[in-house]
Amino acid sequence: MDPVAFKYLGAGLACIGMGLAAMGVGNIFGNFLSGALRNPSAADGQFARAFIGAALAEGLGIFCLVVALVLLFT
Amino acid sequence: MASPIEQFQIKPIIPAIGFTNSSLFMVGAAALIVGGLMFASRKRAIVPGRSQSVAEMLHEFVAGTLKDATGADGMKFFPLVFSLFMFVLTANLLGMIPGFFTVTSHVIVTFALALLVIGTVVVYGFIKHGTHFLGLFSPPGVPGWLLPFIIVIEVISFLSRPISLSLRLFANMLAGHIALKVFAGFVVALLGAGGAIAFLAPLPLLMAVALMAFEFFVAVLQAYVFTVLTCIYLNDALHPGH
Repeated sequence: MDPVAFKYLGAGLACIGMGLAAMGVGNIFGNFLSGALRNPSAADGQFARAFIGAALAEGLGIFCLVVALVLLFT
Repeated sequence: MASPIEQFQIKPIIPAIGFTNSSLFMVGAAALIVGGLMFASRKRAIVPGRSQSVAEMLHEFVAGTLKDATGADGMKFFPLVFSLFMFVLTANLLGMIPGFFTVTSHVIVTFALALLVIGTVVVYGFIKHGTHFLGLFSPPGVPGWLLPFIIVIEVISFLSRPISLSLRLFANMLAGHIALKVFAGFVVALLGAGGAIAFLAPLPLLMAVALMAFEFFVAVLQAYVFTVLTCIYLNDALHPGH
């Protein structure tokens, strides 16, 4: 196989990491929602914290996207 | 058909002073913020009108976020945090107008903003606490033999902060705009195919409309996330040592 094919394969493999980050973000919001349904009065105070956790988890998936984009467009 | 990343191309407008379309939209965003806030606060009414209410809500929102994260003594950073929030928010939302350039979709812009934040944290932390600021890297209650590893990990995590802060904002805006362009390209390709296939063209158009709404949500959310993380990092400079 020629190197260009490996470049596209690498970009595709890097996207697996984005799926894993999606699992992390889903986990955070799923747990936030189940906690919020048990104790709705405490939910508003923890809303910002849920978003911070989601942002941190999402950031690692974003790194995968950047790796894929660098492979595709350079 | 045009490539989906063609929209991020930087074109010089006044080459002599290096003024590009990116600079134009940065100046535009800054002018919009200053002009909008001055217009909103021109009357300084006790009972605010519509525009003054919006300005006050933005102010209260950022002030509340900063106070929650850093406490009352963090309010001296309010001008920095408010400027960052307004600039990122305005630049993100300006980029959502079709045909407009998205300033925050370039990593150099967001990285400069992130370096400003981390530079403020480091400089202020050393001025305020001196060498005690290095206590940030050694959490209390760690057994002695573990300490070298913990310090290495904490230093790496501190150094990766400006990278993750800038990449998150940049990649979110970049990926969103590429996705919009790709779905818009599907509409053109299906219409161009002709015959019965052309009747499928409204489907990606609906998806593009839904993505557009989602992108507005992301534009506001990423400005908020950038602000919250800035507040948390500033809290480290104000109160190091966990």
